[in-house]
Amino acid sequence: MRKVLILAKRELSAYFYSPMAYVVAAMFLLLVGVIFLWGVQIPFLKIEMEPVFRSGAESTLRPLFDVLAYGLAVVVPLLTMRLVAEEFRSGTIETLMTAPVTDAAVVLGKFIGAFVLYLLLLVATGVFFGLVVVFGKPDWGVAGMGYLGMVLLGAMYISVGLFASTLTRHQLVAGLIGIAILAFFTGGLYLVVQTVPAEYAQAVSKLNMITYFSDFSRGVFDTRGLVFFLTVTAFFLFISVKVLESRRWR
Amino acid sequence: MIDVKHLTKYYGRTLAVDDISFHIDAGSVVGFLGPNGAGKSTTLRILTCFMPATSGSASIAGYDVFKQSLQIRSLVGYMPENVPLYPEMRVREYLMFRAALRGMKSKQRSSAVDKAAERCWLVKPEDMMHRRIDQLSRGYRQRVGLADCLLHDPKVLVLDEPTIGLDPAQVREMRNLIRSLGEKHTVILSSHILAEVEQLCGKLIIISGGKIVAQGTPDELRRQVSGPSRVIVELKGGQPEQMAKAVADVDGVLDVQHNRAGNWTRLTVQGAEDADLRQDVAALVAAKGYHLRELRREIGSLEDYFVQMTYEQITRD
Repeated sequence: MRKVLILAKRELSAYFYSPMAYVVAAMFLLLVGVIFLWGVQIPFLKIEMEPVFRSGAESTLRPLFDVLAYGLAVVVPLLTMRLVAEEFRSGTIETLMTAPVTDAAVVLGKFIGAFVLYLLLLVATGVFFGLVVVFGKPDWGVAGMGYLGMVLLGAMYISVGLFASTLTRHQLVAGLIGIAILAFFTGGLYLVVQTVPAEYAQAVSKLNMITYFSDFSRGVFDTRGLVFFLTVTAFFLFISVKVLESRRWR
Repeated sequence: MIDVKHLTKYYGRTLAVDDISFHIDAGSVVGFLGPNGAGKSTTLRILTCFMPATSGSASIAGYDVFKQSLQIRSLVGYMPENVPLYPEMRVREYLMFRAALRGMKSKQRSSAVDKAAERCWLVKPEDMMHRRIDQLSRGYRQRVGLADCLLHDPKVLVLDEPTIGLDPAQVREMRNLIRSLGEKHTVILSSHILAEVEQLCGKLIIISGGKIVAQGTPDELRRQVSGPSRVIVELKGGQPEQMAKAVADVDGVLDVQHNRAGNWTRLTVQGAEDADLRQDVAALVAAKGYHLRELRREIGSLEDYFVQMTYEQITRD
């Protein structure tokens, strides 16, 4: 476990040494700011929202979180694409895997490193929540659930992005694979639901990562959602370890 | 110390290492010699548990490479070819990270890093330890890589092409360092430069096309090469044929060939194995009153042998 933390620390500091973390963080916070002040309209996903921060609006970040759930499907893979792909490209995978660490420790360390960075980004959105607190009376329970949902959703997205990163030595390819998987399980499934026969529609919508998230953002704690997020995260971490191990028998 | 038996490795359908076996004793410096693509790196990667062999077995200090990989990994220091490092880290930070990854306690870590840095001449210039790795020259990167493998004072050091890309002064420094390491550690290094391993290593393993074509000490290998001894003489003062015939009459001479070298005649005198004909030839030359400008004995070079062995392998395939 100590080695996991050592790896996580290196991973996190690597983010801050490269411009990547700053660029993605700026992108993310810009996205949040735009939604917060001006709202968004994406007819394709039936997202149509007023600015979160306007007079007379409900004092909550919920609509913001609902949009971010989609936005993060793009942002998170950009953060995670580096994790393993870069080790393969630069050859450092060789020094890493010949040190006395297990494949699982490597995957877990990288996951935690990226996860901590993600949590820092979430903390930064506190500025916007602060404005809501100053100018309105938010329901703290709903806000807490919303943030919990964001944490769980983020963990799941990161595990998917990390998995994508184990598949290739090219960062960009890893990023695109991650975005593709996440886009399918969020927005993509909406389109599938509309085209499959009604009896399957329900089952398909259960696969949608967003379905579970919207419970949290509404302020409802649903164990189904909790279990869904945690198992999907664990599943992708597990197959990431397996892909990394497969290097040994390929 | 290191035992390899019938090791074979396929990459997909390509055969990289073909049924090799060897044994290395503790405390020796062993050179893996072979042309590019011979299977050196692959063998070293299998030994350091980076990847498994397709078949065969290998063990280091009694641990099996496939089943006890973690024990082996903490026992071995491995510097891969091209020395991959994290470019964004600083030298000291990188070494501290690696020491932590090796499971050292934080107190030990700092002193281990200082010690390794000193052994690998990373202490000068003074800010070296605080430079970013991506700003280092090739030679310094190599030293960082080497310091990394020395951190935990490993029993076995595996260095893949340790001197490639270094300038001549750095090559000499690296050789001296490896030689000094050989006193306490078992060192395996790979190279495609014969002169290098010949000087450094107590044992050579020549590998080509995935197979071991020869192994032994440099002297043993040299003996295999030399065969019949030859003496080269350059003379003046008589007809070439005449001089050749005179030399051919010397006791112990098996064959003489002559050809022109400007005004001089060059004779290649073949003798029996281990014979040294220089004295006899010199005596004859003096008796006949020829002018002599060169007289030397030629021993088959390891270089010839190496080229011949590896070339044979390639043409056979």
